[in-house]
Amino acid sequence: MYDIAVIGGGVIGCAIAREMSRYRLGIVVVEKYEEVGFGTTKTNSGIIHAGHHSPPDTLKGKLVVRGNKLYDRLCKDLNFGFSRIGELVVARSESEIPELERLKKQGEAKGVPGLEIWDRERLRNAEPNLSNTLIAALHAPSAGVINPYELANALSENAVDNGVDLKVNCAVEKIVVEKGFLAVHTSTETIKARFVINCAGVYADKIAGMAGLSDFTIHPRKGEEYMLDKRLKGLVQRLIFPIPEKNTKGILIIPTFDGTIMVGPTAQDTTDRDDASTTYEGSEQVFGFVSKICPSITERDTITEFAGLRAVSNTNDFIIGPTRIKGFINAAGIQSPGLTCAPAIALYVRDILKSEGLVLEKKKNFKPHLPGPPRFASLNDEQQRRLVEKDRLFAKVVCRCELVTEAEIHSAVDHGARTLDGIKFRSRAGMGRCQGGFCAPRCMDILSKRLDKPFQEITKRGGDSWVVKKMMDS
Amino acid sequence: MLGRVEKKYGVVVVGGGPAGMGAALGARDCGEEKVLILDREPEAGGILLQCIHSGFGMHYFREELTGPEYAERFLQKVIDHDIDVLPGSYVSGVAVDSGGSKKVRIMSESHGLITVETKSVVLAMGCRERTRGAVRIPGTRPSGILTAGLAQKFVNLKGYLPGKRIAILGSGDIGLIMARRLTLEGCRVEGVFELMPYSNGLTRNVVQCLEDFDIPLHLSTTVAYVHGRDRIEKITVAPVNPDLKPDMSRAWDVPCDTLLISVGLIPENELTQNLGIGLDVVTGGPLVSSTLETSMPGMFACGNVLHVHDLVDYVTREAMLAGRFAGEWSKGVRRPKDNIRLVPGDNVRYCVPHTLSPEREHTIHLRCKAAMKPCKIRVGSLMEKKLRFVFPAEMIMFKIKPDLLDKFHGDTLRIDILPLEKGERVD
Ligand SMILES: Cc1cc2nc3c(=O)[nH]c(=O)nc-3n(C[C@H](O)[C@H](O)[C@H](O)COP(=O)(O)OP(=O)(O)OC[C@H]3O[C@@H](n4cnc5c(N)ncnc54)[C@H](O)[C@@H]3O)c2cc1C
Repeated sequence: MYDIAVIGGGVIGCAIAREMSRYRLGIVVVEKYEEVGFGTTKTNSGIIHAGHHSPPDTLKGKLVVRGNKLYDRLCKDLNFGFSRIGELVVARSESEIPELERLKKQGEAKGVPGLEIWDRERLRNAEPNLSNTLIAALHAPSAGVINPYELANALSENAVDNGVDLKVNCAVEKIVVEKGFLAVHTSTETIKARFVINCAGVYADKIAGMAGLSDFTIHPRKGEEYMLDKRLKGLVQRLIFPIPEKNTKGILIIPTFDGTIMVGPTAQDTTDRDDASTTYEGSEQVFGFVSKICPSITERDTITEFAGLRAVSNTNDFIIGPTRIKGFINAAGIQSPGLTCAPAIALYVRDILKSEGLVLEKKKNFKPHLPGPPRFASLNDEQQRRLVEKDRLFAKVVCRCELVTEAEIHSAVDHGARTLDGIKFRSRAGMGRCQGGFCAPRCMDILSKRLDKPFQEITKRGGDSWVVKKMMDS
Repeated sequence: MLGRVEKKYGVVVVGGGPAGMGAALGARDCGEEKVLILDREPEAGGILLQCIHSGFGMHYFREELTGPEYAERFLQKVIDHDIDVLPGSYVSGVAVDSGGSKKVRIMSESHGLITVETKSVVLAMGCRERTRGAVRIPGTRPSGILTAGLAQKFVNLKGYLPGKRIAILGSGDIGLIMARRLTLEGCRVEGVFELMPYSNGLTRNVVQCLEDFDIPLHLSTTVAYVHGRDRIEKITVAPVNPDLKPDMSRAWDVPCDTLLISVGLIPENELTQNLGIGLDVVTGGPLVSSTLETSMPGMFACGNVLHVHDLVDYVTREAMLAGRFAGEWSKGVRRPKDNIRLVPGDNVRYCVPHTLSPEREHTIHLRCKAAMKPCKIRVGSLMEKKLRFVFPAEMIMFKIKPDLLDKFHGDTLRIDILPLEKGERVD
């Protein structure tokens, strides 16, 4: 019997599991995919929002500034890529200036630090590649970017280091309310737990439904993102936001943590909870809009594109809290800025668990730290030499576009990579221009050897995403 | 010698494919004794190693060889000429000091991080395939979408099939070759879908790889959408309008478990770019003089890193030349600077080299923008050459004699491909 079963290994589930692993509790995370973070968590903009956007009377509005602040500590502990590059909300006409002022006031009331309105000249000096038709901007220095999949991996790995059980390829199918506990029936086993935390993203209403709850619904809203060639690195230094529209923060220019520029997302309601398709309309909308703000960006620079689903609830806010079923707690409707809020949501859920009667006793031997992955390409000559002296596999290049060495691929496997995407998200191998054309067979060889699995059983991202078939098979 | 590397060379060649091996031999031919070939793969030979079909060497050896056979013959020559070859070595940078000497930084599992010094460098890194991202197909991102070259590697070098039911986007040569190869392996190839109104591959490949196997080639058609969650399940294809956008009212679905992408090759010039060497935006390769020297003195380029060739025989010829000039350079020969700029004119997409000198005879390589037949190539007012047809997929080559250039007094020579005038005929 576990104290807590977390359903869903996205960033929210992982953040909660890691937070609760500080205490003397039995915890399990149940994830239906082959690796954590393969849901919405790997397909978002990666922005740690400053917090001026969300209205203060919403739960997301309340958690966002706290979440943002918690990132410094979290990053120090877990060594994922995070950088406070700042954000600019840009105004294209005089009529948009009052909106900048409103956002500034809203942000200040919520405690967003350092908000400032920049005039045209200051904006031009700071971001010379933006269109010269922009007339002013709101600068939010505390906004940042992370690699979200790195965060999810780091949280789950650290949770596991601290005793949490992680079950992947394990889909929850049924929940039975028993006396004093909940029985979670999965595709592989039945798990008993006193508390169940529902962090199932776009499926959270289905999971609640399994427990007999029907008080909210999730309506996926798709966002398409387009990753541009690294030749455009440095084009903008900060996150560039337009004046927000009703349902979204609009289409953004995002210098990712690694410097590569990404543009998006769109906001399109969909009924398919696995719809990760990109569309002509989406790309036209994104590039049509972005070219007005930054004229040198064109769709020809795209190296890859993807789409993610926001788990929008019928209240259009986060739904976090206990339910009429004792022990069943929701962390649902976690749409944007869910990533930003993740560490704050973890604390919020901790307090809920406490008030629901869970006894929290700190572990003496909690290990808060996780060393980050080695990043050969980002080291100086001397550091590179030292690594190579220690391990010759640091001199063996596997991914030429991002200069990733074989030692880094092994490290990715050591830290839980089981699929090509898992390797990509941990090491960057396959993320560059050639999109895995060069490194995929090499990574598959390494995975095959390390996991002791035949070559043809290595997948792109688990499930039925096979890569090759054996020649003799018919 | 295989696996040997010393501290100092006259010529270091980056890339051990046919271009690199040809260049190394060219350098040896002109008397340079210290030549090193570096290649990131575990074996020299480049892309030839996975091209197990025949059709190589017809011009150079006057025999029809397979890719590995062609590579093998050259590797043997390289070894016989006492050229050092270091496979499994990745060049992570080249530093040039004020005296022009170059330090090549190498990462290698067997040697660690090392630097070798050289007087000249030949860039022969070849090219890579354009990917799905570069052509931007909407839809889902399942597994089973890969470049034709990667599929070729899986099949020919590793013994695995990319899938069973294949669709191919683009009619590049590797795609055509793979259509045949996979058919022979028992796969079903549903068709080749080409955006342009003509094939991007050599005519002989269209005939031998598609027509002989009844594989349909759909011209002016593209893949408009990819379906499938984990693995690709089908594609929607559509004829394109004159603006090359798909006409969805005429679209149809093609079930498949694999989509091969064969939409062109891009010279691999990351290293070149990092060195600040000038590139031709059309070829994607460096700008070179008639000695195949780039904008950085003592740094030469040849093969597919310079511009994408149709046949390996042409690569070898160009590479031998680049190697000779690189060898000369390392031995201190400095030729006068070219004084004629060659520029593409009507219906010429690009021409290589970019400058000429009246000192020598030159082979000019060029590609047309659009098919034309019959037609003529006009080089300034110096010469005209009539051709039965020109075709974007087929490289055009011709020679210019030094006595012609001697008569030329301008500094810019323009090349046009023009329709024949009334009364003109191709003989
Ligand atoms: C395009 C886009 C851009 C965004 N940009 C930002 C941003 O810049 N900043 C920001 O703060 N937020 C952003 N967000 C929001 C943010 O991505 C999400 O709030 C966050 O990732 C939600 O995490 P999660 O763990 O709730 O969901 P998920 O990552 O989807 O995790 C849910 C997990 O539950 C698992 N699961 C589902 N059903 C079952 C079952 N039956 N059994 C077992 N497991 C199950 C799933 O497999 C999945 O792994 C963006 C969202 C999108 C779509």
